[in-house]
Amino acid sequence: MAIEKFITITSTCVPLSIENVDTDQIIPARYLKATSREGFGDNLFRDWRYDNNNNPKPDFVLNNPLYKGKILVAGKNFGSGSSREHAAWAIYDYGFRVVVSSFFADIFKNNALNIGLLPVQVSERFLARLFDIINKNAGTEVKVDLENQLITIVPTGESEKFEINNYKKTCLLKGYDDIDYLISLNQKIINFEQNR
Amino acid sequence: MAGKTLFDKVWDSHVVEQIENGPSVLYIDRHLIHEVTSPVAFAGLEKRGLKVFRPQLTIATVDHNVPTMDQHLPIRDMLSKSQVDKLTENCNRHGITLFGLNHPYQGIVHVIGPELGLTLPGMTIVCGDSHTATHGAFGSVAFGIGTSEIEMVLASQCIMQPKPKRMRITVDGILKKGVTAKDIILYIISKISASGGTGYFIEYAGSAIRSLSMEARMTICNMSIECGSRGGLIAPDDITFNYIKGREHAPKGKDWDKAIEYWKKLRSDDDATFDLELKFDAADIEPMITYGTNPGMGIKITEKIPDGSSLTESEKPSFFKSLQYMDLQPGTPMLGRKIDYVFVGSCTNGRIEDLREFTRFIKGRKKADHVTAWIVPGSKQVEKQAQNEGLVKILEEAGFKLRQPGCSACLAMNDDKVPQGKYAVSTTNRNFEGRQGPGARTFLASPITAAAAAITGKITDPRELL
Ligand code: SF4
Repeated sequence: MAIEKFITITSTCVPLSIENVDTDQIIPARYLKATSREGFGDNLFRDWRYDNNNNPKPDFVLNNPLYKGKILVAGKNFGSGSSREHAAWAIYDYGFRVVVSSFFADIFKNNALNIGLLPVQVSERFLARLFDIINKNAGTEVKVDLENQLITIVPTGESEKFEINNYKKTCLLKGYDDIDYLISLNQKIINFEQNR
Repeated sequence: MAGKTLFDKVWDSHVVEQIENGPSVLYIDRHLIHEVTSPVAFAGLEKRGLKVFRPQLTIATVDHNVPTMDQHLPIRDMLSKSQVDKLTENCNRHGITLFGLNHPYQGIVHVIGPELGLTLPGMTIVCGDSHTATHGAFGSVAFGIGTSEIEMVLASQCIMQPKPKRMRITVDGILKKGVTAKDIILYIISKISASGGTGYFIEYAGSAIRSLSMEARMTICNMSIECGSRGGLIAPDDITFNYIKGREHAPKGKDWDKAIEYWKKLRSDDDATFDLELKFDAADIEPMITYGTNPGMGIKITEKIPDGSSLTESEKPSFFKSLQYMDLQPGTPMLGRKIDYVFVGSCTNGRIEDLREFTRFIKGRKKADHVTAWIVPGSKQVEKQAQNEGLVKILEEAGFKLRQPGCSACLAMNDDKVPQGKYAVSTTNRNFEGRQGPGARTFLASPITAAAAAITGKITDPRELL
């Protein structure tokens, strides 16, 4: 299953200015019972998004019609906790293609990259600026250019470089996935097994 | 040439190929799977028309989704049942050993690996579960992976992984009475925060760590992920070897001698360097408890909840949001607070030693009437041992009941959920919002602190009852 190619994305953003958003918040365990990958977006941030009677909570940002877009902007230490890839699936399935934060948990970052969701790690200062501008104007567009590893706040032109390892960058740009690559190493793996 | 760390020794010996400026292709010795994170990986494999590359290196069990009562009956929750059925079907089709419900070896994936001698020093071990770090207690490189990575292991017995940096945490000195491994790790996380280990693999060292049993070491390594690190490990020693010897899958005879010879080399060289070194004094550690909604929000049980004045502006909203969720006031004590639930179990504290400690503590006492207590063994073998050692009887005399093995209330995925707004003292590893049930409020603590709370019905310093 190859991943979707990541081309430059320009979009409005959804601001989630909370730190330490953990995987149990992104998708609570009781929604992990499916045996296929589809439909997790419906339960993204389930307990913040809906009350006990399944009514949308009006003060949660995903329920605010002002904010939409393919870019989720979140506080420091995003995605800590479980290794459940369901967290990344839920974000992707909801329609996001990029998550911006000043710090990501390791497993979440790997999982996101493996499914074609781009984690963009920016400085605390840039993140604060981003929240500020989006809060003032929900229509603010942000451009994420993977080729040049650059994130830009379109109306002001402020931008920052972000890091990604070359291998993963190529995978995303071309829509490759790791399994094809590992299969191609088959003989090497067998040799490794025999020589250890 | 500078010396190597234990982590480097194990990692480097498993690199099949190193991609420049990219991840290592890492060979995996042991792959553990369970019902929740594996079905999509098998589906992906089949879509590509692939078979499992090394089925004998993958072991499966059911734990997250299973009921912890009446396990002999069909699972009532249809969605849970379908995941368990799917795992059975996938294992049958691909020739993978499965310890299903009612199998004498069934249990929480991180409890059964060590118990069966499947977890050995120097191995690379992965599982679609972040607490795979538990197995690092044996001097293996063990860490949690996502479903795409499970598919990679099934397809090639390898994963692509950027190499983490190395950290060493040294705890020297002698632990005070009433202070357990759980307190050590909660203390460390409270000091370095829930993200302080991100990007690192931690080696735990020092005399206080060396003095611990294997079970206690597993508790420490288990929670490595709660400070953000990929995993944690401890150099194997005689305590490790004695634990492994004679277990079902442990090497035997000549193989054992050969293994020991190799395992003895598995330690960081004296001149090895770490990217970060931290040192703690065992004498500073006291029984710990968490008050907030991430494992870094922990204090000594005798301390007051912080008032937040030392936090930065960007940290404050999360801190107060967390206290609001917990319905706790800043600057107030934890001791004496009424609690509703006690949960003893999980891959952090669901091993036989934990049940022994809990039982020793409650023996001759009575559970507080208003407390609902769930005591859940980590595996079938732990359950059996608890019966054989007479622990079950002591539990029952004190008003407790031993349930059947599974993850239970650790993650609120099965039937065991703490109700909305209720307070639970829990021996698990995560106090996230909703982790033990929608609206549930979790205080993480050691098995004996949980025992003290179960007896008195409120948060109690276990040392008062020792
Ligand atoms: S006991 Fe809890 S932490 Fe451990 S494997 Fe089960 S759900 Fe995960």
